[in-house]
Amino acid sequence: MLHPTPHELGPEQNIVEVRNLTCGYGPAVVLENVSLRVAGGDFVGLLGPSGSGKTTLLRALLGAVTYHAGEVSVYGQKLNGHLPRVGYVPQVETVDWNFPVTVEEVVMMGCAMGGGLLPWNRREDRERARDILSRLGIGDLSRRHIRQLSGGQQQRVFLARALISSPRLLLLDEPTAGVDIKTRDDLLHLLDELNHQGVTVIMTTHELNAVAAHLAWVVCINKRIVAEGAPSEVFTPEILERTYGASMPIIKHDGMTLVGERPHQIGRHDRSGRSGDHV
Amino acid sequence: MTDPVGAATMFEPFEYEFFTRGIIAATMVGGLCGLMGVYIVLRKMSYIGHGLSHAIFGGAVVSYVMSFNFYIGASLWGFLSALLINATTRRRPTIGADAAIGIITTASFALGVALISRYRTFTRSFDAALFGNILAVDERDLLAIAAVTAFTIAAVFFAYRQLLFTTFDPEVARFYGVPTSWIDTLFALVLAAVVVVSLQVMGATLIAAALVVPPIVARLLTDSFHRMVFISTTLGAIGGFAGIWISYYIDVASGASIVLLLTACFAGAMLYASIRDRLANVSLGGKALAERPAAARQESELH
Repeated sequence: MLHPTPHELGPEQNIVEVRNLTCGYGPAVVLENVSLRVAGGDFVGLLGPSGSGKTTLLRALLGAVTYHAGEVSVYGQKLNGHLPRVGYVPQVETVDWNFPVTVEEVVMMGCAMGGGLLPWNRREDRERARDILSRLGIGDLSRRHIRQLSGGQQQRVFLARALISSPRLLLLDEPTAGVDIKTRDDLLHLLDELNHQGVTVIMTTHELNAVAAHLAWVVCINKRIVAEGAPSEVFTPEILERTYGASMPIIKHDGMTLVGERPHQIGRHDRSGRSGDHV
Repeated sequence: MTDPVGAATMFEPFEYEFFTRGIIAATMVGGLCGLMGVYIVLRKMSYIGHGLSHAIFGGAVVSYVMSFNFYIGASLWGFLSALLINATTRRRPTIGADAAIGIITTASFALGVALISRYRTFTRSFDAALFGNILAVDERDLLAIAAVTAFTIAAVFFAYRQLLFTTFDPEVARFYGVPTSWIDTLFALVLAAVVVVSLQVMGATLIAAALVVPPIVARLLTDSFHRMVFISTTLGAIGGFAGIWISYYIDVASGASIVLLLTACFAGAMLYASIRDRLANVSLGGKALAERPAAARQESELH
C-alpha cells in the first residue's frame, strides 16, 4: 500500500533540498548537477545501477563528500562543514561482524553524544533502547552478539541505533540487500510504519518491485537524476533503460506496477533450438 | 600459631624496596597496556605498540642529545608519530595502517640508531629502553607511571562511549556527531604516554605482547565490549604483578617473564574457547544447528 501523504514541495516543508549539486570524492566527480527536494513525511527510494551515485547522494546529505558546485540544505540549514543530526543506517556489508559488541551496545552507540559524561548509559536511554528493540521485534536479543543474528535482525539493530535519537530524517543505505523476501517485506512495512509516525525516510535500493509496492516516491539516478515521481509514473521502459542501460518490460497487474526481466539472449532455449518457449 | 610453610619465602622479595617499586610499576603498566590494547587490537593496529616503542626510542635519543626531559621528549615524539600514522592512513587510504606504522616508526628508530652511532658514549644507557629494566625503576619513574595511569583512566572514563563508537565505525560515528578527529588525537596522546612509561618495564622489544595478548585473551572469553575492557585490563595487571614475582624466583628478565606468562594465558584461553565451542555444538544438536542463523552457523563451521 502506498503512503497516503502527498509529496508536498512547498519551500517551508522541505526537509532536504539539493540544488545543482556536483559532488564526489576528492577531485573525482560522481554526481553532476543534481537537484532534489524531499518534503517532511516523504518516503523516498533512490534507485540506479551500481556506481550511479545513490550512496554518494545519501552521503552528500550527511556532508561526507566533496562538494564541487551547488548546495545542500537539511532541515533548512546549509551543510557548510556542520553535520545534520539524522538517523543513518549504513550498508551491513561495511560492518565488522567480529567486533565484540552486543545488540544493546550497538544501539546505545546512537546516544554516544547525548548521554552525559559518564561511561555508562542513563537509565532512560537504556529503557528507550529496550522499547525500540521491542517495537522492532528483537527485544529478547539485546544481549546477543551481533554476528549471532539473522540478516533481517542485523538490519533492525542498526535501525534501532538510528532511531534512539528520535531523528526526523532517516537515511538508509541498501537496507534490503542480502535478505530474503519475507524479511525485506517486514522491513519495508516497518519503515512504512515509522514514516506514518512522521519520520521522513530516504533509502537506496536495488529492489524495484519492492519499491513499487511500498514507496510513494522514487528517484532514478545515473550520475544525474533521470526521473522522479510515483513508481507508476516513473517505471516505464524508457526511463528504466536510461537509468540502468538495460531493457526492462513493465507489467501492470491488479493495480500494481511490476518490473520484469528479459531472458538472456544466449540461454538454455537458444542452445536447444527452442528459442521463444515460455512456461 | 606459626606462619604457613613458605609464606616467608613468598613475601621475601617485598623486603627489597626496588622489588616493591618494580612490582607496583609492572602492575600499573600491565593494566595500562591491557586497557589500551583493547582499542589497538580492535582498530587492527596491533603492531603500533611495537612500532611506537621503536619510534619513541628515537625520541629518547634525541631528548638525550638535546638535554631534554626524557618523559616529555619521548612522549611528544611518540605522540607526533602516532598522529602522523593516523593522518597518513586517513589521507591516503591506499597506504594501510600497517604500512604507515612500518614507515614512520622505523624511520624514527633509525634516527635514534644514527644518533647513537654518532655519539657512542651513551650507547649503554639505552639498553634498558630496548630490553626493559624493572629493577632500575626509581620513584620518579613510579610517579610518571602513576600520572599516566590517572590520565589514561580519566580519558577512557570520560570518552568511553565516543571511543567505542569511533573504534567500531569511525565514519558512521562522525555522522552521529562524535568528534572523531579529537577522539583519535586523544587516543594517540594516551597511547604515546602509555608506551613511554612502559618502556622501562617491558622494553621496546617486548611491549607489543603486553599490548596485544591481554585483549586477545579477553576477546576469546567474551563477545561484549564492556567485559572485554574489564578482562583485558585485569589480566594485564595480574600478568604484570605475577610476571615480576615469578621472575624473582626463576631469575629471568622481567619483561620476558610477563610476556611468557601472558602467552600461557593465551594458550589456556584458546583451549577453553575450543572446548566451549565444541560443547556448544554438541548441545545444540543437528536440528537446532540447522535453525541457527546462517552467519552463526558459518562461524561454527570455521572452528
